[in-house]
Formats: sequence, structure tokens, C-alpha cells
Amino acid sequence: MTLLSIEGVSRRFGNVTALSDVSIDIQQGEFFALLGPSGCGKTTLLRILAGFETPDRGGVRLDGADLLKLAPHKRPVNLMFQSYALFPHMTVAKNVAYGLERENLPRAEIKARVGEVLEKVGLEPMANRRPAQLSGGQQQRVALARAIVKRPRLLLLDEPLSALDKKVRAEMQLELKRLQHEVGITFVVVTHDQEEAMSLADRIAVMDQGRVEQVDAPVTLYDRPRTYFVADFIGANNLFTGAIRGGVFSAEGLGPLPSKATTADGPAALAIRPERVRLTEPTPGMVQGVVVDVSFYGGVSHIAVEVTGLGRKVLAATQGSARITPGTVVGVTWRPEDAVLIAN
Amino acid sequence: MSRGRGSNLARLIFLGPGLIMLTLLAVVPMLLMLSTMFFQRGRFGGVVYEFTTANFSRLFQPLYLNVIQDSLVVAGLVTVLALLIGYPTAYAIAQLPPKWKTIALLAVMLPFWTNFLIRMYAWTILLSGPGLVNEALTGIGLIDKPLELLYTRGTVVVGLLYGYLSLMILPIYSAVERLDPRLREASANLGASPVRTFFSVTLPLTLPSALIGAVLVFVPSFGNFVVPEILGGGKAIMVGNLIRDQFLKARDWPFGATIALVMVVVTVILLLAQAVVSRRTRSA
Repeated sequence: MTLLSIEGVSRRFGNVTALSDVSIDIQQGEFFALLGPSGCGKTTLLRILAGFETPDRGGVRLDGADLLKLAPHKRPVNLMFQSYALFPHMTVAKNVAYGLERENLPRAEIKARVGEVLEKVGLEPMANRRPAQLSGGQQQRVALARAIVKRPRLLLLDEPLSALDKKVRAEMQLELKRLQHEVGITFVVVTHDQEEAMSLADRIAVMDQGRVEQVDAPVTLYDRPRTYFVADFIGANNLFTGAIRGGVFSAEGLGPLPSKATTADGPAALAIRPERVRLTEPTPGMVQGVVVDVSFYGGVSHIAVEVTGLGRKVLAATQGSARITPGTVVGVTWRPEDAVLIAN
Repeated sequence: MSRGRGSNLARLIFLGPGLIMLTLLAVVPMLLMLSTMFFQRGRFGGVVYEFTTANFSRLFQPLYLNVIQDSLVVAGLVTVLALLIGYPTAYAIAQLPPKWKTIALLAVMLPFWTNFLIRMYAWTILLSGPGLVNEALTGIGLIDKPLELLYTRGTVVVGLLYGYLSLMILPIYSAVERLDPRLREASANLGASPVRTFFSVTLPLTLPSALIGAVLVFVPSFGNFVVPEILGGGKAIMVGNLIRDQFLKARDWPFGATIALVMVVVTVILLLAQAVVSRRTRSA
């Protein structure tokens, strides 16, 4: 069931286009991510959903009703701010109770619900502390508790983990996911960190320069990128520009490359993941190059190959340590079905 | 700690000039002056160093107590009015676009850079019997005969308010300006109306600065003698006038110092109260 539908939303600031005709449908109970580099418009979209910005064009419906007509404080949407925005003059319990007090609920119910949610995020012992007395991870949990205690239809999270160090981050990622299952609220998370988006979200909208490039499940985004930007942005990729003619992709300066053409003739790009690239004995007609760099990362090794005629390195990844040494001349190939063709 | 010694020396060099100016050259002479309150005045001015408590009992005569009480009321009224007018002004300035913000701040500070005495005399032109305000009011037919605008206690209040309002606006402005706008957004997001947000978030977080403004307005108003003299016509006497008269006219240093002590005590109490409140709101 569609909970939120964003229909053709556009927003300009002066002559900067923050959002350009963005349409996304988000399902009830989904963990959805808006992913893109900074300045791609994802935060503007989030602020429109929260009511702090208004779009120039387009509409937003929540449960079928026009969301844009409601003032920010009347929307059944809660936002967890990037910097948490906890009220510094209130205790943890007061911060969490703030939203419930605005609903004029009986005091006993407020107390019970605050206690319940603090227990859920493991912060009961901190109830009487002020935000300044908490660690970053604890503040993040207060912010989360304050947002979910209202039981919103939709929870927005703006770069929820960006202020945390790596270890706490991994922990909180798991916790976020567990919480989302537990409370059953629809989550929309904004992030520039693709690992975060990939590990958390059911579906991801990749955005660039105010446009939605692709909306798909993480695995599909990785395996079947539909635009050049997505292929380049998500994970490591080797990209060749060229054209498809007669069902065969030819790269500029290299000639035909292994692929199964599914798109029509015309300019296109070919993307092949480093872990799909195979290095072999060079044979005539094959793309050839010289190994320039081998780096060992524990589980995998990355081999950079300077390809003749390309002027750029092709990256290959192998399991474990590589037996190849710099200076070796190799053939670079892959299975045709592993290559992804992207029409321009 | 390796950095201890060097940075201590640097700290001393930085602190030295300011602290010497403010403590040795200000506190010491003031203490010397205040100490005269335990002695008697000389017959032709000056101080006779014979211990007495007469200055204190004189202070508690109704005549002087009334002046002190009046001064407290006037300064308190000025402070409350400055807060009521200054807070909305400061708040509104903080919301302006950057260019207009600079202009508005300049407008707030401009009178403050003008000589205080001149500003007060300028007001007498405005308020006197045949002055601009009365002319205007009779001109549009609102009144038949000129109002008595000058030389009342109200005039003193308005004059002090005019003189010190910027001292209220500036600290509040800087607090509202510093306030993270996301806190207000968070409040709205949690269901608080703009009015609720103001009273639950904005006001409590800017209160310490409003209190600083209140002290900055109250203290010089309480001890002021220029405004009561010029706009009050010497009829509305305040503590400042009393002290001035004791030192310059009656040449009674010991009693002048005794009244001055009242001012010091009131100021210290206010500063302490302000420190306690701001500490409570800030950390805790």
C-alpha cells in the first residue's frame, strides 16, 4: 500500500535547481533511503516533507491526503535531525515527553510512553540527564526516541548516523533496523553514505542534481544500474563510454568489448564490476594492459591495470592475495552477461 | 604538563593590563572612597578620621529611604519596559535578511554613539511646553492646551528608557541570532505551535541574555543623575542626584560614600542573581 506519494515536486533557490520534477512512491512499513552526493536535493525533499520548505510545483500525498496543506506542527510526520536538535535546557525525559505534551495527553500516559520508549532505546538510566551530559551515540538515541514516541505515520531521518564514529555507527545501524521492524513505522532516511543506505534500506532512490536517477532495491541498484551516474556512484565500477552498433558495444579507442546488448543502437556506456573482471594470458583481439599496482586489503586484492588505448586504469578485484606482480602484461576480460550496458 | 609554564606566562601578559586597570586602578580608589563612610565630614569639606556610624543611621531616615525606593521603582520600571520593547525588537532584527540586519543594528547603535548629554537636551526641545510634540498634538486637534510633558517622573522613565534601550536589544539579539534554528524546527515538528515554541524553546534559551540586558539597563538607570536633572527638572531626585549633591554641593564625602554603598550592594545582588539564573538554565 502506498503511504506517501511525491508527485512531480520541483524547487528552485534563485538559479539553483534543488529539485526537478521528483516523483517517488513510498510503501507503508518500508525502510526507504534517499541517497546522493551533497547538494543533490535530498535534504530539500526531506524538509518539504516536514513542512520547513514548500515546493514550487508538484504535490505530496500522505495516506491519500494533501500533506502540503498542513502546517509543520500539524503533520503526522516526525523528523530526526542530523545534529539531533535536542533541547539543551530540558532533561532527556522532558525532551522525549515534549511531543506528547503537545498532544495534551494525560500525564500518566505521557509518563508511561516516555518510559517505554526510553527502555526501547536503552536510555532509561539517563532520563534525568541533560543532552550535554550524553555521548554522541546516546544523544542520537534520544533524538530517535523523541521522534518515534509520537508514533508518526512517517519517520524522517536526516543523516542519522553521520555524527557517530565508525564502530558506534555499525551498532546503531543494526539498532535502527531492529527498531523499524519493532515499531512498524515507515522510515525515510536521507544519507550520502551508500553503505549506510545499502545495509539499511529496503529500497533506495539515488538522486543527483535534483533529479531521481533510479529507485530500486539495493541489490538491483548494484547489479543493474540504469544510468551512468548510478553505475559510477554505487560501489566501485569500471566504466567505458562508446556506442552500440548492430548489437555490439564498442568502446572509444578499444573496439568491441564483451557484452550482451539489450538496448538499441546508439551511444552507450558499459559498466563492469572489479570483482567480475578476469585477468588472463593476453591473446590477440583481447583488451590488454600492464599491471601497475597491486593492493592487498585482507579479504580481497585490488589490481590496477593500465589499459592500452584507454588512458585510464581498469580495476580488478580477486579473493585473497594476488599472485600477479606489477609490470606483467595481462589480458582483461569478463563474461558478457556480467557487463551492464547503459544507453545514453 | 609541558605547556603549563609557558602558557601561564602568556596568560599573565594578556590578563595583566586589563586586570590592573580594572582592579588596582578602579577597585582600590573606590574602596578608599567608600571607607570614608565610617568617618566624619570636616567642617569645610574633606574627611575627619574619627570613627562614627552616624552616616548609616542618617541613611535610614525616611527622606533618603524614599529617594532610594523611588530610584528602585524608576529603574525597575525602565528595565521592565526595556525588556518588553527590546525583546520583540531584537527578535525581529534577528529574523531580517543579512543586509537589513546590519542596517537595523546600526539604527540601534547610532544613538548610543551620540553623546548622552546632547541626546537628553535634544529631548527637552521635543517635549517642552511649546515643543514639537505639543505643537503636533494641538495641530491635529487632539489636545487644546500643551501637555506637561517635561519635568515629570514619567519623563525621567522615558528618557532613561531611550538612553539605555540598546543595551537591552544587543545581548538579546545576539542570543536569538545564535539560537540554532533547528531547535525551533524540532519544536514545530513535535507538534508545537509557533507561540508554544516561543515560550518553551526560544524564550528559555534566550533568557540568560535578557537578564544580562536587564542588569545593563537597570544599573546605569538606578544611578543616573543626568536624566533626572535635565528631563526631571531636578524635581524627581534619584540616588544618583543624591550622591552627586553630597560630593559636589554639600561636600559631605562620608555620607556620599554611604549612599554609594547602597548602589554597589544593589548592583552586586543583581549580578549574583543573574549569574545564578544563567547557570541554572545553561548547564545543570
